[in-house]
Amino acid sequence: MILLLKYCRNIFLVTVLLFLTTKIWANETEVDSTKSEAGASHEKAFKPGDFIIDHVLDNHEWHIAKFNGTHISIPLPVILYSRSEKNQGLHVFMSSKFHHGEAVYDGFKLEIEGPHKGKIVEVNEAGEIDETAPYLIDLSITKVVLELLLVFAFMLWIFLSVSKAYRKRRDKAPKGLQSWMEPLIIFVRDDIARPSIGHKYEKYLPYLLTIFFFIFISNLLGLIPIFPGGANLTGNIAITMILALFTFVITTVNANANYWKHIINAPGVPWWLKIPIPLMPVVEIIGVVTKPFVLMVRLFANITAGHIIALGFFSLIFIFGEMSPGAGYGISILSVIFTLFMTMLELLVAFIQAYVFTLLSAIYFGLATEEHH
Amino acid sequence: MELVTPGIGLIFWMLLSFTLVLIILKKYAWKPILQMIKEREDNIENALKSAEKAKEEMAKLQSDNEKIINEARKERDIVLKEAREIKDKIISDAKVQAGVEAGKIVENAKSLIQGEKMAALTDIKNQISFLSVEIAEKILKKELSKDASQKEYIESLIKDINLN
Repeated sequence: MILLLKYCRNIFLVTVLLFLTTKIWANETEVDSTKSEAGASHEKAFKPGDFIIDHVLDNHEWHIAKFNGTHISIPLPVILYSRSEKNQGLHVFMSSKFHHGEAVYDGFKLEIEGPHKGKIVEVNEAGEIDETAPYLIDLSITKVVLELLLVFAFMLWIFLSVSKAYRKRRDKAPKGLQSWMEPLIIFVRDDIARPSIGHKYEKYLPYLLTIFFFIFISNLLGLIPIFPGGANLTGNIAITMILALFTFVITTVNANANYWKHIINAPGVPWWLKIPIPLMPVVEIIGVVTKPFVLMVRLFANITAGHIIALGFFSLIFIFGEMSPGAGYGISILSVIFTLFMTMLELLVAFIQAYVFTLLSAIYFGLATEEHH
Repeated sequence: MELVTPGIGLIFWMLLSFTLVLIILKKYAWKPILQMIKEREDNIENALKSAEKAKEEMAKLQSDNEKIINEARKERDIVLKEAREIKDKIISDAKVQAGVEAGKIVENAKSLIQGEKMAALTDIKNQISFLSVEIAEKILKKELSKDASQKEYIESLIKDINLN
């Protein structure tokens, strides 16, 4: 957090720049926003469930605010690979072409309602969903992908400059950014990797450090409600799945004979649990898969739950606000206090989840490479 | 349901970018950082160890110094004692020597005095004999053939002088 505060000036500059670019686009959409203003009279009632899920899920545009009926959002590139006869091939365009789901572009449509909500679908001439089209490969730079790339760019910038600082200040006390990072690096090395893995820890340290900082930075950025934060990165199942997959692959590739022996023929287990029904081996093999699966779900569920609770408190303001404006203002005080508390808790969770994911990965590596004794 | 359905695009981008970032960070960040941290830790440990060693050495040197000083002090005492003894011996020797020498000088002086005395006596004797002869001559001149008893008396006189 402190780290973020230190660099919030840079982030602020980036945000301002992006706002300037979005302003142009916001002007462009004003034409159709007048159109939608006509329908604004029958404004939908506030649905907290949709509101929360929309914020937690991925999106094809980075919505920042709605101001006087104009959506202020950052359009994101859409990259599609279609296998249907009509639209065969690669399609790259900006998500602004969809006009928030109101327009069809190039035979594609962004659904805002129904079972395909938030997804890009192929449409036929009549403008209806082409159900017969083969699965559309959507490689768009969505909100989460952009956040992912931002986090990675941020990480590269931090650690390459820290690395440079180390090379420049050889055998000297750490300074600046370097001294922010060194305790965390040493924490991962001495409190996660070394006790869990043993003397071979150095081989796994680059991976452990990468996931630790990736999860930690992503979690912290997720707590910032406005761009470049706000995307639910570590609360996205695809992200946690790839992280867990990496841990699983590294564990399996580096596993020694002792590890496999424990799975197939666990020592110290009565023979009748193995023959004729291989009960223990089956349980052990399930265990091999459940370990990364649990890693994936734990991180996803913790971060998503944090976002849902914080958003839930904010939803209260609008729910009461619909009843009467006074109640809305009144409850907002309570909501802000609760959200403050939740955010404080989430700061802790941001670190704990990064720690737990890294620690468990390290323990799995340790188990897979443990020598027989 | 969408919440727990991983999107293909996200999987693709995550896989690609995570792999790239992992490789880049491993090569250009983690390896040098970890190596430098380790190097620095080793350096600090070595420095502390050598400081400890230097301290020990200092203590040893100090005790050595003390020992040397003590030894030197002892040696000095011995030397001083010896010197005192030598001094005393020299003094006593000198005293003895001086006594002997003084004795010798006194002896010399005595013998010299004796010699001188003898010479003086001889001289006086000669003088006396000369005077006696003169006196005798005078007496003889006056009464040489006169009195034989007088001559006898003179001879006895000379004899008396000679005895002295």
